[in-house]
Amino acid sequence: MSATTDSYEEVLERFDPVFGIEVHVELNTQTKLFCGCANGFGAEPNTQVCPVCLGLPGSLPVTNAKAVESAIRLGLALGCSIRESSRFARKNYFYPDLAKDYQISQYDEPTCYDGAIDVILGDGTTVTIGIERAHIEEDAGKNTHVGGTGGIQGADYSLVDYNRGGVPLVEIVTKPVTGMGLRTAEVARAYVATIRDIVKALGISDGRMEQGSLRADVNLSLRPQAGPGGDQNEIPFGKRSETKNVNSLRAIEKAIHFEVARQGALLSAGKAVTQETRHWHEDTNSTTPGRSKEEADDYRYFPEPDLMPVEPTEEWIEELRATLPEHPGVIRARLQAEWGFADLEMRDVVAADAVGIIEDTVAAGASPQAARKWWMGELARIANETGTDLADLPVTPEDVAELQDLVASGALNDKLARQALAGTLAGEGSPRAVAEARGLAIVSDGAALESAVDAALASQPDVLAKIQDGKVQAAGAIVGAVMKATGGQADAALVRAIILRRAGVEG
Amino acid sequence: MASLDRAEVARLAALARIDLDDRDLDRLSGQLSAIVDAVAKVQEVATPDVPATSHPIPMSNVHRPDEVRPSLSQEDALAAAPAAESGRFRVPQILGEEA
Ligand SMILES: [Zn+2]
Repeated sequence: MSATTDSYEEVLERFDPVFGIEVHVELNTQTKLFCGCANGFGAEPNTQVCPVCLGLPGSLPVTNAKAVESAIRLGLALGCSIRESSRFARKNYFYPDLAKDYQISQYDEPTCYDGAIDVILGDGTTVTIGIERAHIEEDAGKNTHVGGTGGIQGADYSLVDYNRGGVPLVEIVTKPVTGMGLRTAEVARAYVATIRDIVKALGISDGRMEQGSLRADVNLSLRPQAGPGGDQNEIPFGKRSETKNVNSLRAIEKAIHFEVARQGALLSAGKAVTQETRHWHEDTNSTTPGRSKEEADDYRYFPEPDLMPVEPTEEWIEELRATLPEHPGVIRARLQAEWGFADLEMRDVVAADAVGIIEDTVAAGASPQAARKWWMGELARIANETGTDLADLPVTPEDVAELQDLVASGALNDKLARQALAGTLAGEGSPRAVAEARGLAIVSDGAALESAVDAALASQPDVLAKIQDGKVQAAGAIVGAVMKATGGQADAALVRAIILRRAGVEG
Repeated sequence: MASLDRAEVARLAALARIDLDDRDLDRLSGQLSAIVDAVAKVQEVATPDVPATSHPIPMSNVHRPDEVRPSLSQEDALAAAPAAESGRFRVPQILGEEA
């Protein structure tokens, strides 16, 4: 057996996987973390910048109170302790995505530390994930590499837009998660989905992975299984890889699969795993090595002298604690009861990560059953075929509610509705707009159908006689011809009734 | 004791992207060691009951409300840049020296 054919399952028969995840949550404050520039997407480059976020001499940062509040609420929701006094630190590195040559982050005194969060898997199993810390830091600007292949390697030069530089982030770091065996990838995915649900429920971020407002780095290492009678805790962790920017739930699972198989193959072949940063490639579902991991020492962290410590009062923390939403698991149970879904139905919905989507679709006016039918049926099929997450399909819950409304009102049948949906997915507009543009509508206009029936009967003159002889099923040929003539849009029952009337037969 | 040896100074220089020749390294490792040793003396008198001080001024929670202030225009933002292109700062090739 060649070393590269070890599968995820085979590797996990021999090794205990250990993973950790760093999730960066972009906060939806009005302004940046240390200056009053707007925090928003889509502006012209370098129009949301000022002396502070450009790091110009003499400028002084001042912390955004709302960002601190959001970070503390998130920390509380993750069961963290809130440090009495936390401070910012400079993380020094040379990379022009920040103009100062350092990033303001937190190092030895993060605002939130030592928490735990329950993650509920598809089959209802609860896994508790330990949280090491959740700290506040600023986001970086955006580089565009010019020349070469468009990547950073071999580029002639780079262009930088600092609009995003200084936008507030909270970075959530898990404690090492061990002993999950075959469920490792599933647990990792469910953890990130839970974080996303929590930040959305808190209202502190839109949590959209595809837009980069939630970004994940996945650390993974393997260590041998202790075997019968052995103590797994005695076995030290192996060398780990850190896969950067794994930016969809599906990719989290795939990246873990890939790294388990890759590292397992190396170890099985007697080779060593290199401790390194790796890049995730969405197109090939694989990782490749990036620059070697800098040690914390290399960042020469030191306390940020321009910013005063954050010292939230006990009263403020308790005030914020009172604003926390329910845990996603509790919300889920309540929604299941409201929607009247069976346990199995709900399990599938959770596994497909469709709870929030169905909730939004119901809020937009669809019945829970109809919302489930569309998302778990046609749309789940399309997502599967195209290898995307449901949430990333170019169709909104409002679109689906509108589609269902068109069906419920009798304007579209199921077949036409699927065509309208296909149009929406192809970027032609909302289902109603697609139906109008493509002329999709059930034709139940009696006069129009009567002339279509007459035309069909005229071209197949023997059919009428057959029907009158009692062979009523012969009407099917005429119904088919009319459906064909109307592009599948005729009201079939009405067509049949017209044919029988023409033949003078009772249906 | 020489608390910073030549190799450590060379590493710091590389991290800070400062080009030092052999003579600089000899001179600076001596000077920097003297500074580090002087700071180490402070550590000797620091006892566990003295909290570490990163901010000498006893202030905390200096925050501002989350309200948008006007930003610079793109033109002003780029005015001091050595090079700009398409409304963006133009910077030299990023990778090459390490990676
Ligand atoms: Zn600014």
